[in-house]
Order: sequence, then C-alpha cells, then structure tokens
Amino acid sequence: MQRFEAGTVIDGFELVEKLPAGGMASLWRASNPLHDFPLVLKIPFLDPGGDVSVILGFEAEELILKRLTGPHVPRFAGAGSLSQIPFIAMEFVAGTGLADIVSNAPLPVDEVARIGAEIATALASLHRQKVVHLDLKPENVILAGRGAVLLDFGLARHAELPDLLGAESSVPMGTAAYISPEQVLGERSDPASDLFALGCILYQLATGEEPFGRPATFAGMKRRLYHAPRPPRDINDAIPRWLEAIILRCMEVDRSRRYAEAAHVLSDLRNPDQVVVARRKPPTEGAWAAIMKLFRKTDDRSLVGKPTLSRTQAGPSIVLAAVDLANGSDALAGEVLNETARVLASREDSWLACVTVLRTEIIGETPAADESGRPVYLKRLVALKDWAHPLHLPEDRISYHVLEAVSPADAILDYAEHNDVGHIVVGARASSAIRRHLGSVSTKVVAQALCSVSVVRLKTVEEQGRPL
Amino acid sequence: MRIAILSDIHANREAFDAVLEAVHERGSPDELVLLGDLVGYGPDPIYVIEKAADLVADGALCILGNHDEAVALNLSNMTENARFAVQWTRKRITSAHVDFLARLPLSLQSGDRLYVHASAERPGKWPYIRDVDAAERCLSASDARFVFCGHTHIPAIYYALPGRRPMHFQPHDNVAAPLSEMRRHVVIAGAVGQPRDGNPAACFVLVDTQRQEATMVRVPYDHEETGRKIRAAGLPGWLGMRLKIGR
Repeated sequence: MQRFEAGTVIDGFELVEKLPAGGMASLWRASNPLHDFPLVLKIPFLDPGGDVSVILGFEAEELILKRLTGPHVPRFAGAGSLSQIPFIAMEFVAGTGLADIVSNAPLPVDEVARIGAEIATALASLHRQKVVHLDLKPENVILAGRGAVLLDFGLARHAELPDLLGAESSVPMGTAAYISPEQVLGERSDPASDLFALGCILYQLATGEEPFGRPATFAGMKRRLYHAPRPPRDINDAIPRWLEAIILRCMEVDRSRRYAEAAHVLSDLRNPDQVVVARRKPPTEGAWAAIMKLFRKTDDRSLVGKPTLSRTQAGPSIVLAAVDLANGSDALAGEVLNETARVLASREDSWLACVTVLRTEIIGETPAADESGRPVYLKRLVALKDWAHPLHLPEDRISYHVLEAVSPADAILDYAEHNDVGHIVVGARASSAIRRHLGSVSTKVVAQALCSVSVVRLKTVEEQGRPL
Repeated sequence: MRIAILSDIHANREAFDAVLEAVHERGSPDELVLLGDLVGYGPDPIYVIEKAADLVADGALCILGNHDEAVALNLSNMTENARFAVQWTRKRITSAHVDFLARLPLSLQSGDRLYVHASAERPGKWPYIRDVDAAERCLSASDARFVFCGHTHIPAIYYALPGRRPMHFQPHDNVAAPLSEMRRHVVIAGAVGQPRDGNPAACFVLVDTQRQEATMVRVPYDHEETGRKIRAAGLPGWLGMRLKIGR
C-alpha cells in the first residue's frame, strides 16, 4: 500500500496536513492552484483482500458528488483513477460538526428547531437533485455559515443512475442508530428514508438519547419496525407537543404517515403554531391482545408502506394561495379558490398555505382596529378561513397566514421562498391605468417566484363592445 | 473519444435520417457503428443499405444482423412477419445490395470495445440478451471491457465486477449512464427503426470515453409516414402499428 505524507503531489493536488478520519479512507487538507477554495482529499484504503465495500462506496461517492451542486454539499474538485491512485478531491467545509453539537444534547427547543430546519433545507436541495443520502447522521452534517452541508455520499443513491452499490450487497446499509425501517429491509430509493434519519437526529438533539440505541445485529435493527421509541416528552417534558409531533411524524414506520418531503418538515419547524398535535393513543391493549399480536404473521414490507415517490411526483407538496380580501370575497377570490382546488387535487397529501396581505403604509405601522374597534388582523383571518372553507381540507393540510406588509408581492415571495412552496396561485385584476403605472402584485410574483405560478384572471365581457 | 452506435435500423428511412441528423447535431463522432439489422420489417431497404454503404466508405463500422443474414442467404427460420418481410425485401433489392449484406462481419473489435449484433456468445446463433444470465454468458465469451449489442430492441446496460454476477440497469432516456472503471459492461442499444420499450422515438447510443458515459439518445421521427409506406408496400399492418406504440 502506498504511503502518503505532507508534500506528496497527486494529480496536481498537494497534500498539506492529515486530518482525523474513520476506517474507510484517509483525509488530507490539500492545495491546488487550479481551485480557489480550500480542499480536502479523501483517499480510500484499498488493501488487497480488504473489504470490497470500501471501493464500491468510493465509486458511489464520486459518481454522485460530481453531479451535485449548491451550498449544501462540498464542491467537487476532482477524482483519481482507480487504476492509479484513487481519491476524491472536494471542498473543505469549515463549520461546526453536528456530532460535536449532539454531544451537548438535550438542547433548547429553538436550537433543535433551528438546526432541524437547516438540515431539512439541505435535504430538500439534495432530494431536488434526485439524490437520497441514505446515511444521514451527525458525523455527516456540518453547520456552516451558508447553512447545513451534507458530507459522505458513499451510500447515496441517484434516482437516474444504476445502484452499483446496492446490487452488490444483501445486508442493509446505513448506520444502526439512524437507518430507516425500509433501508433495513433493503430498499434504497426513498427520500423519506433521509427524513426518518432526520427524525432520529431531532429526537437525539431534543432528548439527549438515541431513539433506538446502536443495535449491532440485523435483528436488532429490525426491532424498529415493531417497537416505537419512547416518546420524546417522556424523556424531556420541556419538549413542546408540536416538536414531539414533528419528530414522531419523521419517524413513522409506515411511509404513508411519514412526511414525504423535507420542505414539509421545514415548514412545520418554522411554523410551530400550524403543527397538528395528535392525541396520543392510550395503551388500551391488554395482555391477550399483545399475545395475539405475537402470533399474527405480519409482512415486514406492508409495515413500511409504499415508497413516497408516487406521491411526491404527483404534484406540488406545498401550495400557496394568495387571495386579496380587502374588499371581501369577490368573484376573483372565488376563481382563485377554484384554481387552488385544481392544483391541490393533483396530490392527495398536498398542503395549502392560505395567504392574504394586510397592506400597511409604512413598515411597522399596523392598522390595529377598524371603525367598530375589532382588530383588523383578526377580521381578515376570519375572512380567510371563510374563503377556504369550501375546500373542506382537514386541519393538517391547511394553514392560514395574514401577513402585514408594505408590498404584498414581496410578502408573498418571501413566504414562498422561506417555506419552499412548490406552486403559487395568485389573482390578477383587470388592467387599469394605476395598475400599469405601479405594476401589479401578480406581475412581480410571476417575475420573481422560484416556483411555478398560476395567475388567475376573470374573463372580461367588455371585449364585446370593441370595434372589430 | 465519442462513439455513436446505431442498431436495428430495419429499413426505416425516416428513423435512420432523423437519427443521423441528431448524431451530427452533436458534432461528428470519432467512431460511427451500425450494429446490424439494416433491413427487415421496414419499407426502405434500398435507401438504408445504400446509405450504410456510403457511411462505411467514410469509415463507419457495420456489423451483420440476423435479418441481414436472412435476406442475404434467403433463410426462413424466423417469425411469420419477419419471414414475409425477408421475402418482400429480397424481391426489391439487387444482387449488389445482397452482396453488401453478405460481406458484413459477425463482430468487430475496436480498442477495448466489441461490437456484435446479438451476443458475444455464439453470435451466429443470435441469442437474445434479456437477462443477467445471458449477459454473463456474453461477457464470458469475450475479454473486451465493453460489449455493445442490439437485437432485443430494448435499451439496457449490464455492469459486471470481476467474479460477480452482472447487474441489470435500465438507462433513462437522454440521461448519461456511468461506465465504471472497475467493471465490464454489456450495453444493449435500443432500436433505431423499431423500438420495443414502449417509447416510439428512435434510439441510439452515444458513448463518451473521456467522461466514461453512455447515453440512450431518443429521437422522435415521423413514424406515421413509415407506417403509411408499410401499408402501401403490402407489408403486414402490425409492422406499422408497432412503430406507433413502440412495442
């Protein structure tokens, strides 16, 4: 095996300093004048007769890392050929390792929510690029100035590439403390597996305990299919119900009950007041029922439910309907509602954020009450709920937001970006001289939104009078 | 090095032209390979043979397919529609065309790549590579790092680590699939002239050896025109219908 030392140059990368690393590869700080960012070289240990999974993981990581972009992954700088010196060169990401933070758990609730939101943002970015990490754990997350950065794609899977790693192994791959139930059963394609791991991390941050310990055997890992971990609030009663609800929904064994998308976890972590807290089922089962359950043959596959991909591909997860209710619910508001219903219908678990904007003249000024003395905000909230009522959405699929802003368009855009909204529905008034001069809300939303936008306009009847 | 591989053209002029245009839109390849079955099923055998002969004169590689062999040697060991098309083709082409087909090689090796219509395993028996076992037999009959085949009309890539069973991968249309440095590969090109994977668009393979990637490029073409010609020529109607549905 080749020895490396500081000063060794590999394909233009000069090794600078050896970093502490695990048993699969050595890590080196490196420099290369071709790259203007700090570098790290990962050199896998390839002993003859050694574990073949090392080389497979190396191949998988190179395959996937070089296809990823954005602030939530280290930048790819190059890779060495397997026939010469295999290595992966990537950006060295400065920041705080989540592993160091976890050792101080339990953390305050707002810290848990903030870190969770950062990881959820990173996962949303990764999943948008068709990649599932499949080994999310504190050791693989760095909290950097630019947000959470995910490391180590040695077990990852790209939806459009062959799973060269998975095909060679029949044992579950992942880390015992965080592996999802479907991964334990050998499935390696569902982004929801990363959300399960995120749930485990949040559990650990909030309680200071790992939900499943670190089972060393297959049977030990499989226990999580049948046995729920202790509810977080049983360990730490400072945890609010909403956070417990988010953690447990991430950790649902049945994927039809788990979050399907990181964006939804993010949205819930940022809007605790919108989280629906289910009443915990009292343990009504007697000893007899427990014994019956022991003998009933259950199919493990049916426990983990169907992959979430069929849901996530059907339509947008989060729909924002922006409705102008300043003059009550008019015909345009009705048409926005109809269009919203059509967009929501594409996906059974889509979630609707109803937004209306209370326009203020100056920043910070709030029209506190109307002539009758009722708070304007409350009045508008009631109107918003009344507007959405015909949709008959259950409360865990809808939320209401009265935003106070000088610019309605900016308020809508901010909300959409902050909550990773997948589709905006907005109304447009008929053209008028003032509107042409000032620019309409919908025009600005269309121009600047990061997602699809439906603009709803009432069909006018004036055209009939127009000369031909 | 960039390589374009066109298999199973099957006398489909519209698909062949559309694919050649798509090949050249991407910049002329360093190697152009016609992977067998120039004729059979389709209504334009003369056009396709002559075009292929021109390409070969310009340096393209061309391999024998089972339909080319059946037309050249007047064989009848095929399904009813294929047999009918072989006879129909023989009546229309000249002895020069037959000669061109008869001289095509069963396989060609270029660098670390083997080109063969059906499989490296007994290529003249025209076995189908439809599963991992057939891919494994193909690889064990050759020492090339890459074996490119056609014949099934369904795109696939088989990856094999030394001493292990190959794994099957169905490449996504127009998405580059990786070629692995430590594996051997059987790449099954989809069909130019008669796709059977449910997508009626013509298919060819583009290989980039520097990037170590192979892409199943899909090219829509006017299959209704080909279908019309098939009916007008008195060929079986199913041969036109299957172009429409890609089966």
